[in-house]
Amino acid sequence: MSQKREAAIVGIHEYPLRVAPGVSALQIKAASASKALEDAGLSWQDVDAVYDNGQNQNIGGLGISEYLGLKPRIIDVTSVGGTSYEFQAHHAATMIAAGKANVAILTYGSTAHSNRTAIGTAGATGVGAPTPFNNMEDPYGMTGIANYALVKARHMYDYGTTMEQFAEISVTTRYHAMRNPEAVKAMTDLEFVGVNEITTKDVLDSRMIAWPLHLLECCMVSDGGGAVVIASKEVVKNCKKKPVWIIGGAEATKYRENGGDITVSAGGQSGPASFEDAGVTPNEIDVLSAYDSFSITVMLMIEDLGFCKKGEGGDYVSSGILKFDQTGGPALNTDGGGLSSNHPGERGIFCLLEATRQMRGESTSQVANPKLAVAVGNGGSLGSRHATSPTILAAD
Amino acid sequence: MTLRPQPRFPEPDSQPFWEATKEKKLIYQTCDSCHKIIFYPRAHCPSCGSLENSWNESKGDGILYTYSVVMQSRHPAFKDLGAYAIAYVDLDEGFRIMTNIINVDDPVNDLEIGMKVKLSWQDQGEGEIALPMFEPA
Repeated sequence: MSQKREAAIVGIHEYPLRVAPGVSALQIKAASASKALEDAGLSWQDVDAVYDNGQNQNIGGLGISEYLGLKPRIIDVTSVGGTSYEFQAHHAATMIAAGKANVAILTYGSTAHSNRTAIGTAGATGVGAPTPFNNMEDPYGMTGIANYALVKARHMYDYGTTMEQFAEISVTTRYHAMRNPEAVKAMTDLEFVGVNEITTKDVLDSRMIAWPLHLLECCMVSDGGGAVVIASKEVVKNCKKKPVWIIGGAEATKYRENGGDITVSAGGQSGPASFEDAGVTPNEIDVLSAYDSFSITVMLMIEDLGFCKKGEGGDYVSSGILKFDQTGGPALNTDGGGLSSNHPGERGIFCLLEATRQMRGESTSQVANPKLAVAVGNGGSLGSRHATSPTILAAD
Repeated sequence: MTLRPQPRFPEPDSQPFWEATKEKKLIYQTCDSCHKIIFYPRAHCPSCGSLENSWNESKGDGILYTYSVVMQSRHPAFKDLGAYAIAYVDLDEGFRIMTNIINVDDPVNDLEIGMKVKLSWQDQGEGEIALPMFEPA
């Protein structure tokens, strides 16, 4: 089966700072759009499609288009948490392939750190209109981290996965982060205790935030953002850099269900669907940018996308094959991930950015001659309601 | 001590559930059309879309499906509580509820996934709703 060559990522930018006081989320989006278009060799006026999460603006989609100064013929406000950008990339590639748009821009900006947003530990806010799910959950003191911890606990129970095995994910992402100057600066600016490579013992010795999740299994809370430019195969010819083709995508959701299996994410549905769409298989993948909100999120993505069987993720990650300089498995989160490089709240765009850098040969932990990458986001909360979307990318 | 976040009304889907807690009744819906359980409460059936359903009362016995022990919460109602267990419990009638597991000294070590648990009501004030929580059976 021949791979699709209809739409490609042609421009990217990751906002370099993780602590950015005095800058707004909208400014981060505009600065990232400007740099990503420059990276692509395209102009502001070339953009005819806007994809956005709808936040920090007067009216979602309309507000960002006005602010940026664009007059798009396609607007898409898909907001499903951290994986919004994989959903949006899927939509953009589909619209471009259908001839409805030529140049799409996805932007993201957040000042979660400077706003002192306690993403993982705040609990219910009690603001906004009441909903049945809030009313059934708010009284019990759920935190964002505990929500994911519920899934890790059940994974350990069902499959015997060990704390050490989960810790390997943190060890691998930190190994990569220490090779990424922006990640090192991020950890320094956010005052990490010990900006250095870590061991599984370091992870298990870090304090428990919500059993069974330790501090070093939890992502940082940073400022930041970025932009992605996706263009048609005709536009690609006029771009500065080699295109990174979007060859597959799929979307799925998962909710708390009576009698449901919490250890299977929405990726159990969208993972196989995205590989089928791309016409490739997991064992062909060189690079895996998997949303590492927590160690358990990565564990489920690895299993549900089919890199190993359900329940065997512990053994799979503990062999160390996910480091960029090891063989036998895809290189995992070679930028350092949300655990050690960048997590302002919705990390999905960074999964796309690092997968693209790898396909271009621009990563700080560069895999030798990679052909295929998967960027898989996970949005919402793994233990209650979430969305998972993989975007499969191919080098030119 | 700051009161826990309470369910807020009007919210017509969950209101009958919470009204019943004032009489220490744990209720759930079943669909009149496809007979599947509807939980959390909704006016429609999420399995088949039917708008006809009936309320039933649970005996309050179940199994601990999974749990986490929160060591750090910044919420004023929980931050000084000490470690507490948040959980999903599978009731014998077939629905899964988010709840707390209480009356254990050391939740990390005293709880075990798969253990039997039973309902324990937590009053929230005179004439107010009560929170359904669970303890080891």
